[in-house]
Amino acid sequence: MNAAGFPLLSLLTFLPLAGAAIILFVRGEEAVVARNARWTALWTSLLVFFLSLILWVKFDTSSAGFQFEEKLSWLPEFGVGYHMGVDGISVLFVLLSTALTPLCILASWEAIETRVREYMVAFLILETMMVGMFAALDFIIFYVFFEAVLIPMFLIIGVWGGPRRVYAAFKFFLYTLLGSVLMLLAILYLWYNAGTTDIPELFEYQVPRAAQTWIFFAFLASFAVKVPMWPVHTWLPDAHVEAPTAGSVILAGVLLKMGAYGFLRFSLPLLPEASVQFAPLIFVLSVVAVVYTSLVALAQEDMKKLIAYSSVAHMGIVTIGIFTINAQGLSGALFTMLAHGVVSGALFLCVGVLYDRVHSRDILRYGGVAKIMPSYAMVFMLFTMASVGLPGTANFVGEFLVIVGAWRINPWVAFGGALGMVLGAAYMLYLYRRVIFGKLTKPDLRALLDLSPREYAVFAPLILLALWMGVYPQPFLDFFEASVAALVQRHEAAMSVSRLAGM
Amino acid sequence: MTWTLALPELVLAIAGLVILVAGVLPKQETFFPVSMACIGSLLLAAVLVLGQPEGTALGGHYVADDFSGFMKLLAIGGAAIGILLSLDYNTKEGLGRFEFPLLMLLATIGMMVMISANDLLSLYLGLELLSLPLYVIAAFNRDSARSAEAGLKYFVLGALASGLLLYGSSLVYGFAGTTNFDRLADAFSADSGVTAGVVVGIVFVIAGLAFKVSAVPFHMWTPDVYEGAPTPVTAFFAAAPKVAAIALLARVLVGPFGDLAGQWQQVITLVSLGSMTLGGFAAIGQRNIKRLMAYSSIGHVGYALMGLAVANDVGLRGLLVYMAIYVAMNLGTFAVLIAMRRKGRAVEQVEDLAGLGRTDLGTAVWMAVFMFSMAGIPPLAGFFGKLYVFLAAVQAGFWTLAVVGVLTSVVSAYYYLRIVKVMFFDAPAGALDPAPASLTVVMAASGLFTLFFVLWPAPLLAAAQAAAAALLG
Repeated sequence: MNAAGFPLLSLLTFLPLAGAAIILFVRGEEAVVARNARWTALWTSLLVFFLSLILWVKFDTSSAGFQFEEKLSWLPEFGVGYHMGVDGISVLFVLLSTALTPLCILASWEAIETRVREYMVAFLILETMMVGMFAALDFIIFYVFFEAVLIPMFLIIGVWGGPRRVYAAFKFFLYTLLGSVLMLLAILYLWYNAGTTDIPELFEYQVPRAAQTWIFFAFLASFAVKVPMWPVHTWLPDAHVEAPTAGSVILAGVLLKMGAYGFLRFSLPLLPEASVQFAPLIFVLSVVAVVYTSLVALAQEDMKKLIAYSSVAHMGIVTIGIFTINAQGLSGALFTMLAHGVVSGALFLCVGVLYDRVHSRDILRYGGVAKIMPSYAMVFMLFTMASVGLPGTANFVGEFLVIVGAWRINPWVAFGGALGMVLGAAYMLYLYRRVIFGKLTKPDLRALLDLSPREYAVFAPLILLALWMGVYPQPFLDFFEASVAALVQRHEAAMSVSRLAGM
Repeated sequence: MTWTLALPELVLAIAGLVILVAGVLPKQETFFPVSMACIGSLLLAAVLVLGQPEGTALGGHYVADDFSGFMKLLAIGGAAIGILLSLDYNTKEGLGRFEFPLLMLLATIGMMVMISANDLLSLYLGLELLSLPLYVIAAFNRDSARSAEAGLKYFVLGALASGLLLYGSSLVYGFAGTTNFDRLADAFSADSGVTAGVVVGIVFVIAGLAFKVSAVPFHMWTPDVYEGAPTPVTAFFAAAPKVAAIALLARVLVGPFGDLAGQWQQVITLVSLGSMTLGGFAAIGQRNIKRLMAYSSIGHVGYALMGLAVANDVGLRGLLVYMAIYVAMNLGTFAVLIAMRRKGRAVEQVEDLAGLGRTDLGTAVWMAVFMFSMAGIPPLAGFFGKLYVFLAAVQAGFWTLAVVGVLTSVVSAYYYLRIVKVMFFDAPAGALDPAPASLTVVMAASGLFTLFFVLWPAPLLAAAQAAAAALLG
C-alpha cells in the first residue's frame, strides 16, 4: 500500500466524476439547479484539493522513485495495467490542477449564466482528466487521459466562449488531435516492442537508436502542439481569446504543461540519444518562439491575446530548460511551469475581472483604471511583475535557473532566453500602463466597482503562491531535486553506453 | 447425422415460417406481435448459438467454431435491435406491416449461413438469402420515390456484385477443382496450386464481397441507399449485414486463400486505404445525416479491413473487436436518428439537430458520446476499436496503413465534431418530439456500453482472441 494508506490518487482522479454525477441528477427550477451545481462543484473541487494536500505532506522528497503507487490489472496479457503514481516531476502538477480548479469554479460563479449545470459538469470532468493524466504511470492510460481532456475543453470553449468560439474550438480540437494520433502510433510501436506500456518498466527498455528518431518526432508532433511551440502555436491565441475566463485559466495553467510534462516523462528518459541529437532543433524553435511571440505580443490590442502570446514565450523558456538536460535547466523548467501556471492563470483572471464588468478585452477600451479600482490595480501589478520575472516573484527563480542551465550548453541559447525576459518586461509593462494608468477618458469606466469579496477569495491564494514561490522557493525545488537528479543520472548513463557502443 | 449442428439456423427458419403463417391468418394488422415473435426467435437462436458445439456438418458445407459464434451473436444482436428500432418508426410512418420484421428475420438466417459457410456454394446461398430480403425492405416505403429508388439501385448493383462473386467462384473452382474451403486450402498450400486464374478468381470474389461491406471502390450505392431507405432499414443495413459480410470476407481470405495472403493483402490494403480516405473526406460536405452516416460507415469498414490486411491473429482480433464496437455505437447513433421527428414528421438534416443540447439534453449527450466515440476519442469504446487495429498494423509494419489511418481519423473527427457543434453550440431550431421508450432504451444501452467499455475490455478481447484463433486454425 502507498504512503497515504488508501488509493489516494484514484480518489483524487475520480472524485470529481462523483460530483459531476450528483450535479447531473439535480432536478428542478433552473435557478435552483444552477445554484446547486455551483455549490456542489465548488465543494467537490475543494474536497479534492484538501485531499491532495496529503500529497504535499506525505510525499518523500528524498526519493526519486514513484510514490503513492496503485496497480490494478486491466489487460494483463497485453502488458497494460491501471497504474497510478507520482514522482517529484508530476506531484506538484497534480497539486496545481487540484488548486486551480476550485479557483476557476469560483471565478465562473457569476460569469457563467447559461447552462450552469452542464458547465460545472464539464469542469469537473476536466479536472478528472487533468489529475489522471499527471498521475498515470501507464502509457495507454496516460494517452486516454491526455486525449480525453479535449472533450470537456472543446465543449467549454464552444458553448460558453466568445463570438468566434466555434472556430476556436474546432481549431483547438483538431490541432491537438492531429499531433496526438502520431504519438499514438509511436506508443503502439513501443508497446509491441517492449511488451508493456507500464512506464517504469518501459524505462528499462532500450529503444533502438534507429527507431528513436521516428519516435522522437512522433512525440514532438504531439507535445509541441500542446506546449505549444513555434510554429504550431497558432491555436493557442484563438482558444484563449474565445474561451471563458476559467477555461483560459485552466488552458494556460494546466493544459499547456501537459506537453512539457510529456517531454520530461517520455522523450528524455526513453529517447536519450535522439533528445541530445535534436536538442539544437528544440533550442532554435524555442528561441524563435521566445523572441517572435514576445514581439507579436507587443503589437496586440486584445488583452487576452497578449497574455496568450506571452504564454507561448514562457513555454519556450520551459522547453529550453528541458532540453539542456542538466539539473539547473530541468529544475528551472519545472519551476517555470509551476510559476507560469499560477501567474498566467492569475493574469487571465485579472482580465476576466475587467471583462465581467465592461465586456471588452480591447486594451484601448480602458485606461486610468487605477483611480477607480485601486485594489485591482495592485493585484494586477503584482502579477504583471511576477510575469516579467521580477526577483522575489515566482517566475524569476525558474527563468533564472533555466538561463544558468542553458549557459552551460550554449551561451547563445541563454542569451535568447534572457532576451525573452527583457521583451516580456516591455510588453507587460506596456499593457499595464495602457490599461491601469493614464487619464480616465471613458466615462462609463467611472461606474466600475473594485474587487468583490469573491474575487478577493480567488486572488488571495494565487498572490500567496506567487510570492511564496519567489521569496522561498526551496520547498518547491526540494520536490524536484531527487527526481531531476535521477533523470540526469539516467540520461548520462545511457549516453555513456551509447558512446561506448559507438567507439 | 450432423445436421443438428446447424440447429440455430434451422430453428430460426422454422420459426420464420411459422410466424409467417401466423401473421397472415388474423384479420387485423399483426405488426407488433410478429415483431415481438421475431425478436423472441432471434434471442432463442442466440442462445442456441451459445450452446453450439464445434465442427463441420452438411457434407462440409457448414462450419461452427468460435469465430462463427462471435460473429453470429453480433449479427443476431444487430438484427434484434434493428427490429426494436423499427417498432415506433414504422407505426408512425404507416409501414407497420408484419412482413417487415419477418424479412429481417429471413435476412438474419442468410447472415448466419454466410458466417458459417465452408464452401463457395453455401457462401453464395447465404449471401442471396441475405440480399433478397434486403432489396425488399430497402424499398419498403413503396409510396416514396426515394425508397423505391434505393431498393432498385441496391438490387441492380447487388445483382451485379453477386454476378462478380459467382464468376470469381467459378474461376476458382475451374482452376482448383473444388469449392470446399478445406480442400481449397489444401490445394493452395502446395506452391504449384497458384495460377493466374485463381488469383483473378480471388479478386472477383473480393470485389463481390467488397460491394456488400460497401468498401471503396464498390461503395457507390451506399449513400443513395442509406439516404433513401426508411431510417430503421438504414440502421439495420449499417449493422448486421455488414458484420456478416466482413465475417465472410475474413473467413474466405484467411481460410481457403490463407496461403495466398501475399496475393490478396495488397488488394485489401488498397481497399482499406481508399475506404478510410473517402470516408473521411466525402462526409465533410454532407447535410443529410443519413448520407453522412453512409460515408462514415464506409470509413469504418476501412479501419476494420486494416485488421484483415495484416492477416494475422492480432489483426483479426482487431477486426472483430472493431466490428463489435462499431455495431454497438452505430445502433445507438441510429436510435437517435430514428428519434429525430418534429411535429410528427421525420427529419434528417444535420441542421435539424440544432440546439438539441438545450431542448433534449439526454438524447444530445448520448449522440455526443457516439460521435466522440466514432471519432476515436478516448476513453470511449471507439478509441479502443481503432487502437487494436492500429496495433496490428504497427506490429506487422504496415506503416502506410497506420499513418493514413490516424490521419483520416483526424479528418473524420471534423464532421463528427460538427454534429456535436450543431447540437450544443447552435441555437435551437425548435424541439424534437420526445423519443419513444424503445429508442431511449437502445440509446442508453449502447451509450453505456460505449462509455464504460474502458472499464472491462477483457471479456470482449478474450472472445475476439478465441474467435481469431479458431479462424486461423
